[in-house]
Amino acid sequence: MTLTAWLFAAPFLVLFLVFMAGPIVASLGMSFTDMTTRDLETPFQVNLVGFDNYVRLFQDPRFLRSLLNTFTFVIVAVPLTMALALAVALALDKGIRRFRTVFRVGYYAPVVTSIVAIAIVWRFILQPDGLLNGFLGLLGIQGPDWLQSTAWALPSLIMMAVWRNIGTLMVIFLAALQGVPREHHEAAMVDGANAWQRFWNITIPAMRPALLFAAVITGIGFLQFFEEPYVMTQGGPLDATLSTAMYTYDQFGFGNYAYASAASYVLFIAIVILSFIQFRFLGKKD
Amino acid sequence: MTALAPTPTAASETDDVARPAGTRGRGTRWWLYVVLFLGLVAMIMPFVWMILGSFKTDAEIRQYPTEFLPREPTLDNYATLFGRLDFATFFINSIVVAVFVTLGNIVFCSMIGYALAKLQFRGKKLLFALVLATLMVPGVVTFVPLFVLTANLGLVNSYPGLILPFLISPLGVFLMRQFMLSLPDELIEAARIDGASEWRIFLRVIMPMCGPAVATLTILTFLASWNNFLWPLVVATTEDMYTLPVALALYSVGQNAARYGLMMAGAVVVVVPVLIVFVLLQRYFVQGIALTGIK
Repeated sequence: MTLTAWLFAAPFLVLFLVFMAGPIVASLGMSFTDMTTRDLETPFQVNLVGFDNYVRLFQDPRFLRSLLNTFTFVIVAVPLTMALALAVALALDKGIRRFRTVFRVGYYAPVVTSIVAIAIVWRFILQPDGLLNGFLGLLGIQGPDWLQSTAWALPSLIMMAVWRNIGTLMVIFLAALQGVPREHHEAAMVDGANAWQRFWNITIPAMRPALLFAAVITGIGFLQFFEEPYVMTQGGPLDATLSTAMYTYDQFGFGNYAYASAASYVLFIAIVILSFIQFRFLGKKD
Repeated sequence: MTALAPTPTAASETDDVARPAGTRGRGTRWWLYVVLFLGLVAMIMPFVWMILGSFKTDAEIRQYPTEFLPREPTLDNYATLFGRLDFATFFINSIVVAVFVTLGNIVFCSMIGYALAKLQFRGKKLLFALVLATLMVPGVVTFVPLFVLTANLGLVNSYPGLILPFLISPLGVFLMRQFMLSLPDELIEAARIDGASEWRIFLRVIMPMCGPAVATLTILTFLASWNNFLWPLVVATTEDMYTLPVALALYSVGQNAARYGLMMAGAVVVVVPVLIVFVLLQRYFVQGIALTGIK
């Protein structure tokens, strides 16, 4: 029985060890070496340099800037996406009766699209004389040159990321709302609780696992944001949208393999820490 | 224990059999429709703008203020994509990679899923925990050593190089295992008593019941592969191996960067097939999220 079971697992395991688990360990190992593109064919003949790469990383203002940008992105975009998705989910679940499917399909549509393709479309929408500023002009507002402004470039990318990810969380929250015991709401109504009180004291606690899950997956996804700056700003202007993933990719492009690995591991550790914090913060029972 | 006590009025409502109505107001909330509709417009507008833009000439797009509808609709942008540029090749590359990646995930994730769900063996829990732990490992952590490995295998700029690292996914294992756990053990026991091998049980008893899970896995995997960017960007080094997102991204930052109409048409080629499939199969997309255990 055990042999049969391992035979069923074997094809997956081989691929998993070679292409996933192996590289995760190798990436950590590489980050303590001086490997560059010159060592590509002899990857085991490199020198160990200890924590040198990490020390250099944290002395590089561009890397620090990329960390700041990435954290800003996550800290703003995650709550914003969650709040909007929750509002849409509540409206679709309780507020309306008709056209539910139309709204659900429409709000979810951006999720299935390629970030690269959609980033190109947004790049044009955000041009100084693009669609968004044309619309703002109708309201009498003079919009900025979104992607060329050090102040507005990162918020622009956040805006697009929120737009693209509302749908995922909306579906998760809709499913969670189905699981909120209706009897609790009815009992609370009998006791005279208003809609707001019922939302905070019944709906939100019942949705805690879904909220936790949403925060974790969105946080992990946003920590890796790469396509958006690659296509829309190339990390500019003046590194205002340089993400840690993009910094890592650039270093790889320069042939600094070990240094790129170290940068990616910093991001990986940030992802582990973020997940851990979210589990502690949102997972606790009252 | 009042949780199960039904309210007398709830049962008499006829219009909401499937969807509890308990807290819903009776008045029409017209303003909610307005807000949701405006939100919907904001969600859909980039797609509309993309499609309209793909039929505009560059001169027309650069005009200010830009008109909403194309004044002289043209197919020139598409002609350029598939004529002067090689988007037919990129399209085929994307399809080939996505098909193999999807097939690999169905086969390999189902097999280990069966072992994890229905067979007893030492190390099972540890194995599952290990797979789950890698769910959150980002591609950006593994792509550098993966490139070194691929280079030493001589697979840079080849289909195997594009496909092999994605033939399996932790999410696929999770999905198949969760679904198979819900299948009844009695059928398996009966087949074992009849002397069927585990392989036969897997193929003839388990897999025929896994339709919904396989459908979901197919959609999720194909979509992820179609939209995948970082790894193809790293491993495809000449144009003949580009996938659609790679080609689109490189053109969009290269010499064609300012050719709005062309770029919009390129985006249409990547996005619209997926949107059509999504609208047709939207039930399965939603099911996918439910099946991966989010309640």
